[in-house]
Formats: sequence, C-alpha cells, structure tokens
Amino acid sequence: MSSNWSAKTGSEGLTRPDWDAIRLEFPALHQSVNGCPLAYFDHAATSQKPRRVINAMTHYYQSDNANVHRGVHNLSQRATTVYEAARTKTARFLGAADSSEIIFTSGTTASINLVAQSWGNAHLKPGDEVLVTGLEHHANLVPWQMACTRTGARLKIVPVNERGEVSTEAVSEMLTSGTRMFAFCWISNALGTINPAQEWVEMARKRGITTLIDAAQVVAHKPINLQEIGCDFLCFSAHKMMGPTGTGVLYGIKSVLETLDPVFGGGDMIDEVSYERSTWADLPYRLEAGTPNISGVIGLSAAIDFLESIGWASILERESELLSYALEKLRNIPRIRFIGEPKLRSGVISFIADGVHPYDLGTLLDEQGIALRTGHHCAQPLMRHFGISGTCRVSLALYNNHEEIDRLDLAIRSALRLITNVDK
Amino acid sequence: MWINDDSNASTGLNMMNIPASIPDIQDQLAADFEFLDDWEERYAYLMDLGKDVRGLSQEEKTLDNLIKGCQSRVWLTTRLENNRLWMYADSDTFIARGIIALLIRVFNGQTPADILSEPFDLPERIGLTAHLSPGRANGLAGMLARIRYDAAVALGDRKN
Repeated sequence: MSSNWSAKTGSEGLTRPDWDAIRLEFPALHQSVNGCPLAYFDHAATSQKPRRVINAMTHYYQSDNANVHRGVHNLSQRATTVYEAARTKTARFLGAADSSEIIFTSGTTASINLVAQSWGNAHLKPGDEVLVTGLEHHANLVPWQMACTRTGARLKIVPVNERGEVSTEAVSEMLTSGTRMFAFCWISNALGTINPAQEWVEMARKRGITTLIDAAQVVAHKPINLQEIGCDFLCFSAHKMMGPTGTGVLYGIKSVLETLDPVFGGGDMIDEVSYERSTWADLPYRLEAGTPNISGVIGLSAAIDFLESIGWASILERESELLSYALEKLRNIPRIRFIGEPKLRSGVISFIADGVHPYDLGTLLDEQGIALRTGHHCAQPLMRHFGISGTCRVSLALYNNHEEIDRLDLAIRSALRLITNVDK
Repeated sequence: MWINDDSNASTGLNMMNIPASIPDIQDQLAADFEFLDDWEERYAYLMDLGKDVRGLSQEEKTLDNLIKGCQSRVWLTTRLENNRLWMYADSDTFIARGIIALLIRVFNGQTPADILSEPFDLPERIGLTAHLSPGRANGLAGMLARIRYDAAVALGDRKN
C-alpha cells in the first residue's frame, strides 16, 4: 500500500513518515481541556480516530446504508460488498488462511465470551483445567470463571513475578495433561508486558491444548501473522486500533470454529428454519446472528488501511522511541515507582507516586489537560498481587509526540508538588 | 445510619450552634474561592479544607457507610440531633476529602427540610463541575445523594 506520509528524510537518509501530518489526521487530539492543549495518553483504553475512519463510516451512512446479505437491491449489494471486503481485508491483515475464519463481534469481550461459552460448553467437563495468566484483563478472566462454574472445570492462574512478567517455565509447568484451554493476553493492558505468544502457543499445541490470545493491546502496535503464531483463537477490538467502538473480531482456525455451536440464534445465521428445528448457515455467518455492526466493520476496514498506509516498520520505530523517551522522563521524577518492569514492554507505563492516591494525581493531571488512566485497569487480582488498589497508566500510540511527554513530566511534577504541600 | 457519638462535628461547630443558611454558606465559600487565581490554588485550598475532616474510625468505615465509587473510597454517616443533621466522613484521597469538607461546611447542622429544598450549586460556582458527573469516582454526586437520602429519612421519621 502506498504511503501518504513519507514526507521527512531522517539523518540516515531514510524516508520517515511526517508524524506531525499524521497527528493532524486525528481531529479529537486538537482541542483544549481545562484551558490546556489535550495530551492524550489513554490509548490502551481506546484510541483516537483518524479522519479516514470517521469519513468511511459517515460515507456508508450517507451513501450505502442498507442491510447486508439480504437484499437484491443495489444499496444492499453495495453494503454487502464493502462488509465482506472488510472481512477479506481483516483476514489478510492477520494472515488468516481464509476469510471465513474472521467472525465480526462487538469487541474483544464478546469474542472471548463467545469462545468461553460455545467452545467451553462443547469441550470442558468436570476436572478439566483452563489456564490463564495473572496478567489478564477481567475480559479474559471472568468469562472463563463463568465457563468453569458451568462445566465443573478448574481455572488455574500462572503467577506473575515482581517484574510483572509471566515466565515461560511457569507456563510450561502449568500446562498439564488436564489443561484443555490456555487463554492469555499477548500484551498486558495494565503493565504493558509483552508475552512470548508464539512460544507459548507452540508449547500448548505440542500438548494438544487449545489456545486463545487476547490481542486487544496488540493490534495497533505490532503486526500479527497468524500462520506464525498458530493459535486456535485470537480476539481484538477495533476501537483500540483507531477504529470505532462496538466492533471486534474473533479469529478461529476453521476446523476449530466448526466445532462451535452458535451462542445466539436469529437472522442471518440459519440455513433452514421450521417450527421443529433449524439448521445453521456456514461459517462465518453461523456465529454472526442478527444485523451486524456494518458501519463499525467499515470503520475497522478503514483503520487497517490507515495503519498500513504508515507501515509497521515506521510504527514500531516510532512507538519504541516514544516509549524510551517517556520511560526516561518518568523514571527521573522523584517518588515515582513503576509497577511492572518487564524486559519486553509495549507502550504502557503503570506507576504510582509514593504516598499519593492515583486518583488525586490523575485529577490534578486532568486539570493540566493530561488524559491518563487511573485505577485498577480491569485487572484487580493483578493490582492485589502488587499490594495496591490501582496505578496511574500512561499508554502511548503513534500519534503521541515528545512535546506531550515533556508536558506530562512537568504536569506530574506540579501535581506532586501541590500534594506534598498539602500533606505537610 | 445513626451513630452515638457526641464529639463535635468536623467543622468545629458546637452542636448547639446554629449555622448560617445553606445559600449563605455557599456564597461565602464561593467568595473564598474567587480569590484564588488558578487551578493549583483552588486545589491546594480544597485539599487544605479536607484536613478539617475529622475522619472515621475503622469500625465506622462500614460497607453501609461506603459511597460507591470505583477509585477514591469515601465513607459518610450522619446523625440527627434536635432536628439537625450532622455529618461524619472520611476518604483515602485528598481531593475527595476536600469535597467532603465542602459538603460538611454547607450541610452540617442544617435541618433535613433545608437540606432537601436548598439547591447545592457550589461545585459549578467554584469550577469543580467535572466532579459532579456520574463517572467521576470521587463520589461527590454519591455523597450528596447520601446526605439528601438521610435527610429524607429523617424527615419521614419526624412526620411519623
């Protein structure tokens, strides 16, 4: 895909994207909050959206809006064409073997719940084990708790070490002959830890264990090649990769997806319906009951185009540079302590300031136009592991810049000064 | 939830003192905040006010007294004495304690009828409106709702 962004030439003579121009593509970033320019560091919760995504969705509603898969009329055919083209594009984006392996859902949570319910009901029985790690977002923990309660299987947790990592040795020990499912996050939303997904999947596969990867924090930051990873299931949300909310993907290897009974029945997912019984449509439609989020899927498709127009090499380089810069800045602020010091870290920094409640710090940063996340980040057991109730979390994306990180540094120092004076 | 505790309310008011009216106290506080130039001074002042909050003992920090909020934890309990409501509260964050201090200044020792009928517009007037939105976890909305709920219960009791 041709790049629109190759405007600047670096010192080595390599052409680099014009990050200022890219940043201008995100309308929401250019506003004042509490009288200060917004600095948005909450990408891990949801990313901002480029014009390309917003325009694609607007165009659909203005020009092509119709229900998919049903009508012979022109609009419906146009809607179906763009919707199915998005499926094909997503399959290629992930390196899936076939577009029927891409199920559109409402998000990562819905994708994991679909597997936990449908696959769980078909494959889990009393005494079986489901393995997750201590790094999981509640979305990859609670559905498995529910599945285990329903089926009598046991949920086991691979412990996290003090650096906020899960060791491959610990995973290996806990993948036993009783393990049926190993479900883990590739990147921790709370700490930024990058897990060696490919290695873990390979270990599980050799022992005949099904694998599910929560890739919610991966999709905007790293390329995914499913043929290399080899997992059975992979889940993510469009809204964390510059796309819209309410749209997500469940990828599954076709032969595994074929073992899943639908969780929802209704329109679009059937082959034939009589009052006595119904038969299901083929994949992927069998698992997409009802009118899908058509505009959302079109937005996802535009988000993929956007990321690819910049290119993974540039994105990886940019984010790694921003992360190093932010780590160095934050590390030099007195009283700041990082929660999690993983060797492999994505663009997420969780920290606390000694004696300061994250909520107070977050509020005083908001007053300075700095948007970051405070709290438990939907990972309460992980916070308990570190003996805290929550952290402040900075999460970065390609649209952040050095100036914002400088402002973050100064804003944290101002806030801490203020709190220290009160606390005297 | 009424507790039997005869210590003074955290504003330092004597129990027998009748406070100024709810609108008058808000006017006074708004005037105090008007002197402050920027957000840093406003928050410094707010957090400083929070130091006046007496706090609660561990035994008083019950689930019943906990105002639901996902980040800062706030406990609040009230006691009715001679048809006036007195508040006792605590929190684990400075900003929430400051907000509690504002609420206590305004509502402590007021009658349940006044608490229910007088508007509380101080947050807008001092630029703390953001803290009123339901998502804000410091629980200002929850604290206010608890005070008004207890006032309504007190009023109902009195009518019985």
